[in-house]
Amino acid sequence: MAGGITTLDLRINGEQRVVAFPTHHTLLEVLREECGLTGTKHGCELGECGACAVLVDGRPVLSCLALAAEMKGRDIETIEGLQESNELVPLQAAFADLGAAQCGYCTPGILMTAKALLDQKPDPSRKEISEGLAGNLCRCTGYHKIVEAVEWAAAVERGENREYDAETLWGATEPGLETSLETGPETPTDGSTD
Amino acid sequence: MAEPVRKQPRSPVPVRETSIIGKPFRRVDGRPKVTGTTRFADDLDIPRLCFMKLSRSTVPHARIRSIDLTRAREIPGVLGFLTGDQMPETFGILPVSQDEHALCLDKVRMVGDPVVAVAALSEDAAHEAALLVEIDYEPLATISSLEDALATPEPRVHEDARGEGNVHKAVSMEFGDLDQAHAEADLVLKDTFFYQGNTHLPMEQHSAVAVPEDEDRITLYSSTQTPHYVHRALTRVLGLPASRIRVVATPNGGGFGGKSDPFNHEIVAAKMALQLGRPVKITLTREEVFYCHRGRHPVLMTLETGFKKDGTLTGQHLKSALDGGAYGSYGIASTYYTGALQTVTYKLPAYRFDGVRVFTNKPPCGPKRGHGTPQPRFGWEIQLDKAAHRLGIDPAELRLRNLETEGAVTANWLKLGTIELQRCIEAVVEGSGWRERYGKMPEGRGLGIACGSYLCGAGLPIYWNHMPQSGVQLLLDRSGGVAVFCGETEIGQGSDSVLAAIVAEVLGIELADIRLCVADTDLTPVDLGSYSSRVTLMVGNAAVEAAERAKDLLAKAAADELEVPTERLVFASGRVFDAADPDRGLSFQETCIAAEARFGTLGTVGSYTPPRSPGRYRGAGVGPSPTYSYTASVVEVEVDSDTGIYRPLHVWIAHDIGRSLNPVLVLGQVEGSVYMALGEAMMEEQEFRRLPPRRSRALVHKMPSMLEYKSPTFCDMPPVTTYLIEQEDPRGPFGAKEVGQGPLLPVLPALANGIFDAVGVRVDQVPIQPFMILSALAAKHRRFGPDSFPDVNFGETLAVPTPMQGGDGKAIDDLQARRRSGMASTTGTMTTRDEALSQHKKLTTD
Repeated sequence: MAGGITTLDLRINGEQRVVAFPTHHTLLEVLREECGLTGTKHGCELGECGACAVLVDGRPVLSCLALAAEMKGRDIETIEGLQESNELVPLQAAFADLGAAQCGYCTPGILMTAKALLDQKPDPSRKEISEGLAGNLCRCTGYHKIVEAVEWAAAVERGENREYDAETLWGATEPGLETSLETGPETPTDGSTD
Repeated sequence: MAEPVRKQPRSPVPVRETSIIGKPFRRVDGRPKVTGTTRFADDLDIPRLCFMKLSRSTVPHARIRSIDLTRAREIPGVLGFLTGDQMPETFGILPVSQDEHALCLDKVRMVGDPVVAVAALSEDAAHEAALLVEIDYEPLATISSLEDALATPEPRVHEDARGEGNVHKAVSMEFGDLDQAHAEADLVLKDTFFYQGNTHLPMEQHSAVAVPEDEDRITLYSSTQTPHYVHRALTRVLGLPASRIRVVATPNGGGFGGKSDPFNHEIVAAKMALQLGRPVKITLTREEVFYCHRGRHPVLMTLETGFKKDGTLTGQHLKSALDGGAYGSYGIASTYYTGALQTVTYKLPAYRFDGVRVFTNKPPCGPKRGHGTPQPRFGWEIQLDKAAHRLGIDPAELRLRNLETEGAVTANWLKLGTIELQRCIEAVVEGSGWRERYGKMPEGRGLGIACGSYLCGAGLPIYWNHMPQSGVQLLLDRSGGVAVFCGETEIGQGSDSVLAAIVAEVLGIELADIRLCVADTDLTPVDLGSYSSRVTLMVGNAAVEAAERAKDLLAKAAADELEVPTERLVFASGRVFDAADPDRGLSFQETCIAAEARFGTLGTVGSYTPPRSPGRYRGAGVGPSPTYSYTASVVEVEVDSDTGIYRPLHVWIAHDIGRSLNPVLVLGQVEGSVYMALGEAMMEEQEFRRLPPRRSRALVHKMPSMLEYKSPTFCDMPPVTTYLIEQEDPRGPFGAKEVGQGPLLPVLPALANGIFDAVGVRVDQVPIQPFMILSALAAKHRRFGPDSFPDVNFGETLAVPTPMQGGDGKAIDDLQARRRSGMASTTGTMTTRDEALSQHKKLTTD
């Protein structure tokens, strides 16, 4: 077994904490096991699936391939730090409302990667969103709802008053049927950010 | 925050007024999933938790001579070991194939079979110790493929299995007179197809945490889709009463059928926790998940189908051969499922099914999304396309001419529910511009169409019993909140949301006032699990019943308080009020208080048992369902005939959902199915290879990693247009039918048919790889695919007269009796089998 314990002052979600861990352990292991931050997931531990993505100095990093011992002085952000209050941020709200999270296992990694994407590029095209997230696998959604959620959140973050797309919520209109356009009664969970 | 625009398509039929059901509400577990607070099994931490690893077989087929733990014991931190002799009892998901051991007892049947378990203070130490376990093997010949298994009766993978040699199951049944059907046909097509095996690849690796509660009580938390069946397997192997075992299914990080079996690692963790007297966790590596498998069976199949000139079907003979891998798993059901649902989409007056499953020294196959039905559906829908071309009928039109009808009983005795497939076909035809574009696009561009149907829950439970398949219990009290207890398991499909929404809808309260307690064998009524697309229909109906009973109770109390007759009371908007005078009412909480004062502690239950199916023959247990879902899809594809590289450009898909309980969740299942279907059609394969001779030549998984097992990424998904076709089915809760699996079925053959429209070649197997298209382009018959079906003894054919022949659902054992029966009289002059065959040969082209 690889020997040695490293003790480091890690900065995670803006909080400093002293963590001791086996030197060969990855950032993923240290976040989940030593820090109890189990929001970050693992799907392969080989850098293939993106489930473990966190932000290091604002850039997405696969925490299963990063050694915790190399994180001295770095700014680590995980899913647990995405909100600043009890309110969901637009990315989270859109993921929850639009079916961008089904089983939810890939979701933290995708949300963190999407955050980094939007921080860099506030107005991405659908293609840019897909390319930006192409390192994250999701087996449930078929990806479109995720792209739509990121697109909506980007618009809201830019200050636009964007509604959810009707086809995203209801599906396409059956050909030959009339549609009724109306604003329904307020349902507290629709479109709000909690 | 912006409010969504409610642009709701107007259904041609009126749907019930509802406030939550039918609307795109946020799923009840949405918030924990986007905040990272959902507790998956591997997220559980318990004081004194230790970690377990399994030392697995490195050889595909061998007897275990000896096990040496000496070196493994020396690793610091090791707490204990388990070997197979400590758990000699067998288990398995199906009562007829109890062929697994928690740890291999005397022989190993595949690379990856677990032999020794080791627990240690850290995962690192357990891992290191597991690597140092020394197992001495006496090798046996490897059974590597379907052909190998059929040709090699000895050594048997399972010495005490019922079948012969390495045949696990052989089945043969005939409904109606197929020879006659073929004789009456103007065109008989015979085609052979191959559908490669593939795996579920859930993002979450299987994980289990076992906690000893007392000297002889244990709790197991596990990422399982079927806590009830895990409960039963633990009872059997641990030898403890069921009342002392608690299984809690944690939210699954994806299942797709891959977490539906009771697994050896779950049982071993429980045993280890009891042995050590401390909690034990095991989380599989991704490589181990590939070896756990239970995924799509590789299936070789031949379809021989008769058509009249106008496209009317006369009958079909389907033969399927499944490579099952090393264990039974759901395999006997899978074998029947390759045949059972061929009849529920189009009118098929005569049908014969021969199926065989073999054992090989590979990870066991089992149920994956669509369980046994995507394979024959692939062949069936391509063959329909071929027939349409031969007969000069538009492929969409050919399907419309043969549609089954609501309430019909099929040749193999399945009773059908509502069918809105015509609207589905019309929607995708219209949406894709089929009429203007099919067959008319430039070379390299094509459109393909296909349909599919699926169960809304298996009609029978996995083990024979007379109890309900699903139960729901409600607890109401003075808080005005409602606690809902149900054994259902959330695997991402939204079952928690369905359960909560139904109860909230019936009681007229908000989702926020519902608290769920689910998937816990100690605390919740039994639900059989998240498989066979059963949850919405069965849990939903049980929830409706429990909620209606609660409503009755509350209404009695409110009626007294308000001095209004119960039948005038309305439950809506968190109030109970007089329909004639809406101001006269109580809040829901006040109603609960009145009811608790009057009746004492408030609780109700509901349960659901599917209706009895009319089939009475052996094998009739696979296929029945309360109702069936229907789907149609058109895929547009672009093919480069120089390279064979192709790309789906757009998928149109219309799904007969009965009624959407939450359209966002329904759309998610449809799009997720389209995605998974494209993965299977284009790239996913569970393939095996031999290690080089210097490294044992063992049969191993070709690519047990997420990088090399190719699955579609964000950039691979074409746009998808989804139509939800609604027409309430009275058999489902609020009219709902399934959506989790059916929409996968039509996409693969629609893609293959689209490739034919684009470049005029047939690829009769999946995954479709560019070289196959090139090879077909160069071939005389413009086809790539398997040419022959092996010679298989399917055993004696069970003859079952069809409803049209006046049958009673039972089989006729004896051929003479069969001849005396209606089978002969309804088909006119009886021809001998040989006569029919020779006549049929004359008509068979190809």
